[in-house]
Amino acid sequence: MSSSRERVLARIRAALADVPATEDRPVHRDYLPTHIPEDRPGLLAVLAENLADYRAVVHRGTEADLPELIARLLGERGSTSVAVPADLPAAWLGAVTGVRVVTDSPAVTPGDLDAVGTVITGCALAVAETGTIVLDAGPAQGRRLLTLVPDHHVCVVRGDQVVASLPRALPLLDPTRPQTWISGPSATSDIELDRVEGVHGPRCLEVVLIE
Amino acid sequence: MSGTYLGMPAFPEAAAVSTQNAQLRANLSHATRTIRDKRAAAVAELTDWPELRQSGREIKDHTLRHLDRYLLQLEEAVTAAGGTVHWAADAEEANRIVADLVKATGEREVVKVKSMATQEIGLNEALAAEGITAYETDLAELIVQLADDRPSHILVPAIHRNRTEIRDIFADRMATWGRPAPEDLTDSPAHLAEAARLHLREKFLRAKVAVSGANFMIADTGTLVVVESEGNGRMCLTLPETLISVVGIEKVLPTWNDLEVFLQLLPRSSTAERMNPYTSLWTGTTAGDGPRHFHLVLLDNGRTDTLADEVGRQALRCIRCSACLNVCPVYERAGGHAYGSVYPGPIGAILTPQLRGTASEVDASLPYASTLCGACYDACPVAIDIPEVLVHLRERVAEQGTGHRAERAALRAATWLLDHPAAYTAATRAAVGTRRLHPRRLPLPGPAKAWSDTRDLPAMPEQTFRDWWKKNRGEGKTAR
Ligand code: SF4
Repeated sequence: MSSSRERVLARIRAALADVPATEDRPVHRDYLPTHIPEDRPGLLAVLAENLADYRAVVHRGTEADLPELIARLLGERGSTSVAVPADLPAAWLGAVTGVRVVTDSPAVTPGDLDAVGTVITGCALAVAETGTIVLDAGPAQGRRLLTLVPDHHVCVVRGDQVVASLPRALPLLDPTRPQTWISGPSATSDIELDRVEGVHGPRCLEVVLIE
Repeated sequence: MSGTYLGMPAFPEAAAVSTQNAQLRANLSHATRTIRDKRAAAVAELTDWPELRQSGREIKDHTLRHLDRYLLQLEEAVTAAGGTVHWAADAEEANRIVADLVKATGEREVVKVKSMATQEIGLNEALAAEGITAYETDLAELIVQLADDRPSHILVPAIHRNRTEIRDIFADRMATWGRPAPEDLTDSPAHLAEAARLHLREKFLRAKVAVSGANFMIADTGTLVVVESEGNGRMCLTLPETLISVVGIEKVLPTWNDLEVFLQLLPRSSTAERMNPYTSLWTGTTAGDGPRHFHLVLLDNGRTDTLADEVGRQALRCIRCSACLNVCPVYERAGGHAYGSVYPGPIGAILTPQLRGTASEVDASLPYASTLCGACYDACPVAIDIPEVLVHLRERVAEQGTGHRAERAALRAATWLLDHPAAYTAATRAAVGTRRLHPRRLPLPGPAKAWSDTRDLPAMPEQTFRDWWKKNRGEGKTAR
């Protein structure tokens, strides 16, 4: 194995014989740090618009509205079971009754989650310009599989978690954490380019934007 | 149709057959036009597209010119994060590494997320020979696999199949691979996607080993990135206990922040979206979340030969977005299968003969599979000068003596295209339509600025020659 390593490296070095060893060509980064103004109401509006454009369902509200809103979304969906990260703020489920709650832990298997109707999480941050929500298994997010297996994902985004663009987002993210970036629900265009929501990931993504 | 590319006829013969297939041509023409129009709109949203394109090109070039350094840095970072790095000089070695890793788990099945690198090396066939079944989980790849067919487009591999064909493939073949299609399966895309969801979910929930490729690898952090839409990627990358990623050595980027360039360029160029639905990023293994074992197989398989060619090495900048396919008049008529490799279209015409050499007839014919109209260069988000490389490779083929034969055959194929002026005109016009997006000058600061400021990049004309002729000299002159 190590012999192939040496072989490939030797081939690379031979192939680059024309490149001076000390070469240090600058990479120009004249692109824009963002394409939109960065005032908070503006960012939320662009995020909401772009998420909706991907056919995610967007709700706006305050922290105080959250328990009622979550209870309503579960009811509308007819979910009788809900998966949550262990550190989901307890208040979020404050108005939910008669629903089985599966709390994330290493004992919860993909098979268990396959029987769950809805998953509720927070997020690490959201990118307005691209309509993207980033999960990094941090606070109120749980393991990656939590937001993958159930068919309905309710994701809560606080206003102060919204940034304008990818150049704003990447420095805030920790590459050592596993990340899932979500831009709308699962989708495919593989059959005659007809867009269909959902093959494997959640087919319904509902985002709650907290002002 | 057989699942192998071996024994494929050279491009001209293959194209002569595929251009007679009316269904294929109708599907392709609809698909490439649709994607092309959507893409132009998505790109136009970013006023700094030329600058992003220039940065993408420079980052890739810089990385390739110091590839040994970045691969070693990547290896160190992946290892420190709990992964194991393997090096494969060629396809055979990569296949053996993967087969041995799978066998060591005691498993006989793997789930796969769409990966061009594993198609390139024929991994599924190699695993089958070892008694291991590889299940493709991308919807289009599933269609192709069930039909014992081959992909024909980088982004939409089953674009040559329509919904009725897909319904029949599912109804006939799903049962032999696992959960059968529902009795009442219709040809509505939603119904077909649902059948695929049920069929594959069984496999995801029991799979212990997954095989993936990657869109990017980050040298300084050891992070791998997979960009997808359906969630089959997330399933493969997070549910199994063992994850094996086979990735070409050219996919490395120096730093985490470089993603801000490529994750703007790729989705817009590829699916014309601001961002694809799912992007997964992982660095080695994470306790209690995702696979416990992670193996990265770094694949050469002709890439170092490509790197050695000072003109041709720019093909390694390719991020597999497929934009060049969708603007190519030859691809639009001939379809992906005619290129005889997993890399179809303009990029295939320059990448395949470099990866495989030009000894065979099919590979020697590929540099001629083009009208040199330049639309591919204009569309390419990392500014690969495909026409330049095509001409360069034609010289190489000519020098080895096979040139005349390949050229004669290719000219016969081109004659067909040029005999169908409507197709040609539409294709060249589409290229002109995006001209305002092309950078006029390279944005070089510092001492290089003096150089670039006095040199304009070749501009696209405002009209194609044909349009100009029609308007100024042709019959239609007075009419419009
Ligand atoms: S050559 Fe350029 S346009 Fe074609 S697939 Fe590669 S990156 Fe995309």
